[in-house]
Amino acid sequence: MSERPPARPRPEPVQVVKQRRDDALAALVAGVPYIRFLGIGFDRRGDELTGVMAYDDKLIGNPILPALHGGATAAFLEVTAIIGLSWAVLWPEIESGAIDPATLAAGRMPRLPKTIDFTIDYLRTGLPRDAYARAQISRSGRRYASVHVEAWQDNRSRPFAQASGHFLMPRRDV
Amino acid sequence: MTSDAMDEDDHPGLGFIRALPHAVALGMTAHAMKDGRAELSMPWSEDLVGDPETGVIHGGAVSALMDTCCGAAAMCHPDAGGSTATLGLRIDYMRAATPGQTIRARAECYHVTRSVAFVRASALDDDDARPVATATGTFTVAPRS
Repeated sequence: MSERPPARPRPEPVQVVKQRRDDALAALVAGVPYIRFLGIGFDRRGDELTGVMAYDDKLIGNPILPALHGGATAAFLEVTAIIGLSWAVLWPEIESGAIDPATLAAGRMPRLPKTIDFTIDYLRTGLPRDAYARAQISRSGRRYASVHVEAWQDNRSRPFAQASGHFLMPRRDV
Repeated sequence: MTSDAMDEDDHPGLGFIRALPHAVALGMTAHAMKDGRAELSMPWSEDLVGDPETGVIHGGAVSALMDTCCGAAAMCHPDAGGSTATLGLRIDYMRAATPGQTIRARAECYHVTRSVAFVRASALDDDDARPVATATGTFTVAPRS
């Protein structure tokens, strides 16, 4: 070779990077029937995920107010915590190519973390409109993880519910 | 109010709990509400699955059942009554619910102040000896006029 090799490999084309990340996220979320049932999706900006629970009449608890059911809110927080935690753990492997999105899409997903305990704070009435949530991984160890998650509707600075919980991490030796 | 004659002894809130759209969507049935105690059940369904490999119900669905059951217990306590909202709820998941089996929840409102109702609950599948989950919750008490 006559040319000097570049100091760094050329960055991958942006479409390739986005496609790989979006495919991995879609595979992670699409496999879970209950997430589909609640109509929860995830917006991705780089490695940051925002859970979106689109409003639906079936999420209502008290129809007189009307307000979101506390159970729907709890489930939304828990789903966001589990997907957020899984995503944070898988991210380096998706980026390094250790996990092939095609394998994920074929349904061979790594197991999801299991909830040990989950504590929900109801701060305000959940209004009959879309809700958003973001998880923050407080600690992620080999066996246990602690996650905090906040949900809001119209104003990011006025959360209507928050939760924290402990999770048992799936074994990675298989 | 309800078509079932056996409900006559039960709290009028039973009809309210049975009509909650989210409880209906999850297939919940309210069996009893009396003196601060409530019993609800939720049959296994494909829609509620959280782990597609095993068919185990998602923790979030169990949370929804626990929240509804605890709220029902708070509503029918003689010193609380009326409408209520969840302030806080903690759930401990002891084991995975057996796929295919109905989950039953029992809640007891064990203390009520002028402002707060304290409730505890457990969830069982067909194995009565080993609860699937337990919960403790605090609920609002409607101000007295």
